[in-house]
Order: sequence, then structure tokens, then C-alpha cells
Amino acid sequence: MPGVDSTFESASGGAGDGVAAVEIDGLVKRYGSTTAVDGLTLTCARGAVTAILGPNGAGKTSTIEICEGFRRPDGGTVRVLGLDPADPALRPRLGIMPQTGGVPPAARAGEWLRVVSRFYAHPLDPDALLTLLGLADHKRTPYRRLSGGQQQRLSLAAAVIGRPELVFLDEPTAGLDPQARHACWELIAALRAAGVAVVLTTHQMDEAEKLSDHVVVIDHGRVVAEGTPESLTGAERQLRFRARPGLNLEELLAALPPGSAAKESPAGHYIIEGQVGPQLLATVTAWCAGEGVTTEDLRIERRTLEDVFLELTGRELR
Amino acid sequence: MSTIATLDLTPRPGAAPLHRMVLAQAGAEIRATLRNGEQLLLTMIIPILLLVGFSAAPLVDVGGGPRVDFIAPGVLALAVMSTAFTGQAIATGFERRYGVLKRLGATPLSRAGLLLAKTVAVVAVEALQVAVIVAVALALGWSPHGGPLWAVPLLLLGTAAFSGLGLLMAGTLRAEATLAGANLVYLVLLGLGGVLFPLDKFPAGVQHVLGLLPISALTSGLRSVLSDGGGFPGGALLVLLCWTAAALALAARTFRWE
Repeated sequence: MPGVDSTFESASGGAGDGVAAVEIDGLVKRYGSTTAVDGLTLTCARGAVTAILGPNGAGKTSTIEICEGFRRPDGGTVRVLGLDPADPALRPRLGIMPQTGGVPPAARAGEWLRVVSRFYAHPLDPDALLTLLGLADHKRTPYRRLSGGQQQRLSLAAAVIGRPELVFLDEPTAGLDPQARHACWELIAALRAAGVAVVLTTHQMDEAEKLSDHVVVIDHGRVVAEGTPESLTGAERQLRFRARPGLNLEELLAALPPGSAAKESPAGHYIIEGQVGPQLLATVTAWCAGEGVTTEDLRIERRTLEDVFLELTGRELR
Repeated sequence: MSTIATLDLTPRPGAAPLHRMVLAQAGAEIRATLRNGEQLLLTMIIPILLLVGFSAAPLVDVGGGPRVDFIAPGVLALAVMSTAFTGQAIATGFERRYGVLKRLGATPLSRAGLLLAKTVAVVAVEALQVAVIVAVALALGWSPHGGPLWAVPLLLLGTAAFSGLGLLMAGTLRAEATLAGANLVYLVLLGLGGVLFPLDKFPAGVQHVLGLLPISALTSGLRSVLSDGGGFPGGALLVLLCWTAAALALAARTFRWE
């Protein structure tokens, strides 16, 4: 695979280069009295994968749909490849995968993808793309008879068939089985390697951690954290174990070095933070032994993106 | 077996030429119409059954002359209404509901291009309908006399008027309401528009109002130039032109794409 920058330069021929894939500044979107997006600011780089994380109703889809030109903002500015999202000149340069639908239920998968490919000057071969995504046996299947995961993959195929510079994928792997999810991940990684900018929304932390160069966590229509997956999870390690609920954590903390922290969340699941090393491990297990407590699943690990996400956005259901 | 390495994903964006986009989309719409059982019932089977049934059996008093001379132009008008209005309204209403119109809006195919594609598809299906209906009518003994060339502007303007009305309905109502409404309007206009039952069977005052319906204008215009030896169908064309202008202007103002 050729280098990211050189392929991009040769493909787009100069004009508009140097601008970000997406530049959002102070975006506001209201629906009646509800403010879905509330002063959101973010930048997505060219040739990189940006993952937008957030609980249901955080404003992810509103933000994406404004970038795609489907909705107009109520405030702030949005530039996509340096242009207004409503600019028709953007259409051939973007690939979009909506969260659901967009395909006539009776249309056959292969025929529909071929029709979409005819809208572009240099499309990928629809059959090769269907094969890659495991849909080769379903070319003649009407869209409504495809499984949810197959429908998702057909929609992903349509998003990339026109050889776009930038693709928006709204929950691309929702409802996919593990094989299909890996096929999608492979395609997204290949897009990135080919110099395509990818902006995706997801609920799946492993997806964001594995695929993205940049993670943006949004909640209540604002960015609450962003950075590389590593910078968000931090280098800090945690000691985790399970035991009977209701251990006296104050007593445990008293035995630990100063600066340590202990919490039980959810009940029966314990997390110890601080100078996690052999000494701390020995202290915790000795204390548990003294209390007659059997620990299970005792392990030392880095915080996951899921931990960060739950800390930032809370645990209550939306 | 293709692998990811065989696909060149390097960005190379570009829109296809307009004619290629329009033909691709029109082809998809034609295939969708011809494969849809209910649509075929509406566009082909019902008109042919009515043509054969009402030509063969003395179900209505159509005045002098062979019955097929009266029925055939009416059924041609019905065919135009079934495709341009009923079929198109229902299909477009569901495309809106399923997010198809929205999804197409994210491709290089512009809205004007999409409307052009829909028009090409409607005209192509109508050409098929006209060919079959004329063949059956001729087999039933229809001997057209008049200026068949005048039928072309009538059919085209009728198509434009009914398309405008269909899109007006599809772009404003829920898909289910469009489905019910478009079928209801089809039945009402079939009954009141002089398709099978001559307008002169209605009371005089009502006749004038019914005569201004787009279906009546199309039916009477076609009947005049195909069966009665009439010339330039100015009145019918004028009525259809008014409906076209009003319906398209209103549809353009009110159409919601999602």
C-alpha cells in the first residue's frame, strides 16, 4: 500500500489540500425545545480514522447528518473538506453510510449497488466489493430479505464504491456478527491506509480503541474528551478483582500506600488505583486473607476506553 | 476470491456524466415497476381487462359506433393516470419513508437528475402500456380515425399533470396515506372522468365541473383525436397545462424529501 500522503496528493490534485476533513466550530442544533448539539467543536484529520463516541441521544447522529448535508445547523460553522456541507461539489467526494435504511426494500443487493456505482466516474467493481464483504451469494436477494448484518454491509459497500476522500459511517458494525465485524474493520483499516478519511460513530469501545487514530467522546451535545485512544485511557494501571459485596474499603485503604484509591462499582467488583505494583498487590491480597475474603478474577490492567467513557458520561441509562 | 489488496481504495472521486446517472436510476425504477405485482395489476392488467370487458359486453351506453372506439382512448388515459399518478405517488411515498430519497441525495445524482430519471421511467412504462393497449384494441376491431399525432402532446402533458399531482401527494402525506389516497383518487377519477362512462350521462351542471378534471380533459382529448376525427385538441391541452403548472408549482413548494 503506498504512503498516505503521496497517494492523497496524487489523487486530489492539489486544490483544497491542507484543509481538514471535517472542521466543526461551535455547532448548535435544536429540535423544538431540545438542544441536540450544544456548541460542539471538533476537527477530523485527513487520512485518519476519527471515532465519535457517546451515549444514545448525545448528538452523534445529528452531528454526522449536518456534516453530510442532510440537516442545517442552527448555529456555529461546519466545513467538510473545506466546503459548506450543502455544496453539491462535495457529493462525489463523500461516502455515507446511514444508520438504517436508504435502500428500496425490493431492490436486489447486486443491482442496487451497481446502480449506485453508475453515479460515479471511477467506481470500484461492485462484484469485488460484495465478495469482499461476504455478500457474493446474495446479489439477487432483495434488500428486505437480507439479515440486518447483511443490510449493514451492503450500505457500507455503497458508502465506499465511489472512491471517496471522506466517508461517514454511522454505527457501521451495529448488529454484525464477529466475522462480519472483522471484515468491516479490515475495510476501514484499508481505507485509512489508502488515504481516505473515516469518521464513524460507535457504541463499541473495542472498535474505537482498535481502529481509530482519534477518539472524540460527546455527551449532551458537547465534546467531553478527545485524544488518541492511548491518551484517553492513560498509562495508569488498575488492580481489579471480584469478591463478596460490601467490603470495608476504608479499612483496606488504610493499609494501602497514601494516594491510593479504592471503589466498588458495581457491587462485588472492586477497583484499586494508585502505585499498582507488587507491593500493592501483596497488601491487597494479605488484607483480603485477613478478612477471610476469597478474591476472584484478580488482575492488573490499564483502564479501558469503556471505563473512561462511563466515568465521563455516567452509568445511568438513557 | 477477492481480498482487500485487490481493491484500489485510493481516493478518486468524481461524478458520472448526467445521462449515465439518469439512465441508471431510470432503469432501476423501470425494473422496480415491472417486478411489482400490485403495480402491474394497476398499470397493465386492470386497463386491459376494462378494455376487453367494456368493449365486448354492452355494460354502458356509449352512444353510436363500435364500443371499442369509445373505450380505447379512455383506457389509454387511464393507463397514463395509473403510471404517472397512482404508481408514481405510491412508489415515491415509500421511497421517502424508507430514506431512499435521502440516501440518493448523498450521491452525485441531483434532485433534478432524480426527477428526470423518474420521468424517463414513467414515460418508458407508459410506452409499453400504450403499445399493449393499442394492440389489444386493434385486435378488438378499433379503427382509429383522426390525428393520432395529436395524441402525443396529450399523453405527455397528461403525464406531466398526473406526475405533478402524484409527487404533490407523495411529498406531503405519510406513505400509508399516499397509498390509500392515490388508489381512492384513481377509482374516483375512473368513475367520474369519462373513462368508461360518458360524461353526458351526468347532469348538465356537474358535467362542466367534471370536464375540468385532468382525467376528463385527457380522455376527451384522446377520444376526439383518435376516434372522432378531431383536430388540434386546444381545450384539453389548456386544461392539462393548468393542472401541470399548478401541481408542479405546489409540489415544488411542499415536497419533503424525508
